[in-house]
Amino acid sequence: MKKIYDVIVIGAGSIGLPSALFLAEAGQKVLVIDTEHAPGQQSNKKAIGGVRATHSDFGKIQLCQRSIELFKSWKEERGDDIGWLSNGYSYPAWEQKDKDFLLDLMKVQHSFGLNIRWVDGKEYEELVPGINTDGLLGSTYSPEDGSCSPLLFSSSVYFHALKAGVEFRFGETVTELTLQNDRIISCKTNKDQYTANIYVSAAGSYAREIGALVHSKIQVFPDNHEAGITEPVARFFGPMIVDMRSRPGSSNFYFYQNHEGQVVFCYTPEPAILGVENLSTSQFLTHCSKRLLEVYPRLKYLKVRRTWRGQYPMTPDGFPIIGYKDECSNLLHVVGMCGQGFMMGPATGEWVSRICTSTLSEKDHQILKSFDPYRDFSGVEAFK
Amino acid sequence: MGNHRIKQHPILSVTRKKEIMFEFNSQTMLAYEGEMIASALIANGIYVFGHHHKDGSAQGIFCANGQCAKCTVIANGVPVKSCMTEVKAGMIVKSAEGLPEVPLETGPSKRAKIEEIHTEVLIIGGGPSGLSAAIELGKKGIDTLLVDDKHIMGGKLVLQTHKFFGSEQDSRAGTRGHDIAELLSLEVRAQESVQVWTNSTVLFVFSDKKVGVIKEGVYKLVVPKRILNAAGAREKFLRFRGNNLARIYGAGAFQTLVNRDLIRPTNRLFIIGGGNVGLIAAYHALQAGIEVVGLAEAMPQCGGYKVHADKIKRLGVPIYTSHSIKSANGDKVVESVTITEVDSKFQAIEGTEKSFACDTILVAVGLDSLSEFTLEAQAAGIPIYASGDALEIAEASSAMFNGKIAGHKIANDILHGESSEGNIPDEWFAKAQLLKSHPGQIKGYQDPHPGKDLFPVFHCLQEIPCNPCTTVCPTNSIHTEDGTLMGVPIYGGQCVGCFRCLLICPGLAVTLVDKRKDSENPTITIPYEIGSIPVAKGDTIQLMDIDANELGEYPVFRVVDFKDRRTQLVIVKVPAAIAMKVAGFRAQAKSVSQPLDKPIITPSLPDDAMICLCERVSVKEVRDLIKQGITDLNQIKAITRAGMGPCGAKTCDTLIRNLIREEGVPAEEVVANTRRPIFVEAALDIFPDGDSK
Repeated sequence: MKKIYDVIVIGAGSIGLPSALFLAEAGQKVLVIDTEHAPGQQSNKKAIGGVRATHSDFGKIQLCQRSIELFKSWKEERGDDIGWLSNGYSYPAWEQKDKDFLLDLMKVQHSFGLNIRWVDGKEYEELVPGINTDGLLGSTYSPEDGSCSPLLFSSSVYFHALKAGVEFRFGETVTELTLQNDRIISCKTNKDQYTANIYVSAAGSYAREIGALVHSKIQVFPDNHEAGITEPVARFFGPMIVDMRSRPGSSNFYFYQNHEGQVVFCYTPEPAILGVENLSTSQFLTHCSKRLLEVYPRLKYLKVRRTWRGQYPMTPDGFPIIGYKDECSNLLHVVGMCGQGFMMGPATGEWVSRICTSTLSEKDHQILKSFDPYRDFSGVEAFK
Repeated sequence: MGNHRIKQHPILSVTRKKEIMFEFNSQTMLAYEGEMIASALIANGIYVFGHHHKDGSAQGIFCANGQCAKCTVIANGVPVKSCMTEVKAGMIVKSAEGLPEVPLETGPSKRAKIEEIHTEVLIIGGGPSGLSAAIELGKKGIDTLLVDDKHIMGGKLVLQTHKFFGSEQDSRAGTRGHDIAELLSLEVRAQESVQVWTNSTVLFVFSDKKVGVIKEGVYKLVVPKRILNAAGAREKFLRFRGNNLARIYGAGAFQTLVNRDLIRPTNRLFIIGGGNVGLIAAYHALQAGIEVVGLAEAMPQCGGYKVHADKIKRLGVPIYTSHSIKSANGDKVVESVTITEVDSKFQAIEGTEKSFACDTILVAVGLDSLSEFTLEAQAAGIPIYASGDALEIAEASSAMFNGKIAGHKIANDILHGESSEGNIPDEWFAKAQLLKSHPGQIKGYQDPHPGKDLFPVFHCLQEIPCNPCTTVCPTNSIHTEDGTLMGVPIYGGQCVGCFRCLLICPGLAVTLVDKRKDSENPTITIPYEIGSIPVAKGDTIQLMDIDANELGEYPVFRVVDFKDRRTQLVIVKVPAAIAMKVAGFRAQAKSVSQPLDKPIITPSLPDDAMICLCERVSVKEVRDLIKQGITDLNQIKAITRAGMGPCGAKTCDTLIRNLIREEGVPAEEVVANTRRPIFVEAALDIFPDGDSK
């Protein structure tokens, strides 16, 4: 027997979960299908939890500002503690070119009304006591950015989605999207078959494979990042610290202290390691710790508890892909979050709901231009 | 330091160590040079090392093995695991109250390049099986690196003061565990192709085929062609009300404190679990001068060897079978324990509660193989072997033998290729099978007994893989019933009264009846090892039969001290009618094991026991999720944090699985926790690869 839904969401992760929740709350009958056995078990749980609106692009800024509003008010609105902290973001600069770049960018960011400013070394030391100030030229500081727990947030969204009537099929993999002309008429999994008016691909690292089921070429190429977490300690520094310098082996790295008091750290290997490969390598700890301790020697007193590896589903220009492709008029791609799916997730979920219920505003249309699947992909996100 | 240090031990030699001073919470204290902070604190009567940041509950020693973080203290300003950090003269130690502060001052640090070491074979774990494997590999001249996280090799053998079971030929039965450790270590050290790293912890087998090892505090990467996982096992824990109180821990921690560090961490101990581990722990406690109030076992019969159980019962430790722990009672630390009878489904029977005053509860409810290194190596594509408890939980005698087989197999694979059949004799596998046998049938006493004037009586009625009495007899008068290692011993022949069978028996289950001088009142010779409760000529002792029934009080006729065997022979004269029944005598006073007048039954909510001690997650929180249909351990972790703490789910994983089973969910529907690096928490400071600046 075929089961009929308004919307089928493929993927119960950073994008799929909030999309399902907001769709259901807008009165839609929603099914979520995920290969894993529980929500948020792929890229979502590997996100380190940083959330910022201080991007370089109008669309992303709008999206993340809305996400921050949602995260920040979540506990009050929904009753669940998701570990939100308005601890801010900082991009310290040790090289003049980086400082110039950040100051230039700040002009754009100010024009969008973002709260970000330049702090000198001394003020930065107050924010991050004990930071290595050798050659430090100062840092950006955006106090309204923050962080929260992807695990807690996804669990909360999942339970709210259940309450709102969303159905979940875990441990099922979509194997076929049957097309009739340019419309999907049914969705087969390894276990069952379902039908809906609209299908949403929120498949993260597997966006390309889902697109291929309807002959759409989706340019999402996951690459691997590694992260680690320490034991918890009393709060000793404020903002997320992003060291954007490139070093042999890594293009950047970043870390912050989460709501539990644990320091979470992550790096971007260089050259990029493409594909989906979740096993840890021996290089991460030796390399990332070197950079960490050089920048912030106090971290030497912390013990590493756990490390893991996850993917950034990258697009050629570093911007997400949100929209329909010509080959299929009822498969909405919401993919290619480039490692920012978690921070963009809540607001993206609202957009997905508005797209599926055809309630987009004029401003929404304008924002979505940044993420148009038919853009030329030649631009480069300046501030990933 | 009062009563907290063991000054005399019947088996272990107590050497004087250099005394140093340190400070704990502004109090000056004495420690021995080289000992861990945790041991020094306990030696000073300090059991609470801090309070948990989540609920303020008292924290103290738990694993004594660097696996958890409950013993964390602040040493010279830095949070450290006190069980793994050596105390230094002048060290300022503070209790860890809530989340620790991070020092501001860092000082210069020099970074060396991370060394990479290539080896043919990496053996993880220098316990009975790892050492035995290393000897085999050494004999074949194969380049081998053996890594062990302790200062001395031998694994848990080092902590075993009792004589071993098994056979003399294959597993040195009758020799004490710590002596076996020394013998094996010496043999390993003699192998030229085997390199040994002690005090070295393996962190992970990474996917790039490198193994992270902290060697004496320095991080190294080992690149092995093959790995033998001989890392042993970890202890299971239990759910019960109050299981988060300080002074509840496993047998490993207990034996480490008592038999390695010669610390007396408790004066009154109650033991949960009647497997060999729990039974032996009771015996070790008695040897260390600790009162053992009782032992509870949920099954109708102890799972451990009957000779062990009989021995401790005779000595005066009651064993409560079909009993389980209901609660640990006390304000932050254990003050008493309440046990209750359980029905055939292990459900508590109301109204059967008994409480006992005690200061420590030892939980010995079984072991789980330590499988992570095997899984990691498989994922990385490194040929992996396993032996000992990491392969299958069994006695050390079995571990030694299957370690030998593993070593042989690896050597064979290297020298002749994986596909070759090899030259491991079939009987080795048969022997390996035999040595890991569970106890078999319980038989009656030998009847009729052929003994005339002088003969041994075997109070060893359960089939177990053990036979040193048969091989030690100079007149070849002792055999097992069916000639196999498993059979119970029987006597037949010419006893010359040499005492050898009494002295070698690991179960202390042989007595000697001598009617030569007085057939009406023969002398009975009983082996005895509890030096902390001395017995001397003229003392009156309560004699016990095999089931710890009292046979009456008799004076001690003579005591012979076999110092080299660290065993005494206590000789009594009894009427002939009971001569064959005397199996031992009570050593611990009856008053020690008296229950409290009224059981302590604390009003409790259902499931308020802790399931994750690290993150303070209650059974209720987890059961509620299971009832909602959640059986993915990763999801339970994401929601509750159970398993996210310092021990990395090592304690709660099994408890949660049990809970899921209890809720009627089939095991195949349970999704396992994803295991990730690293095996134990390690300071960020050790990892940076030098060469930058």
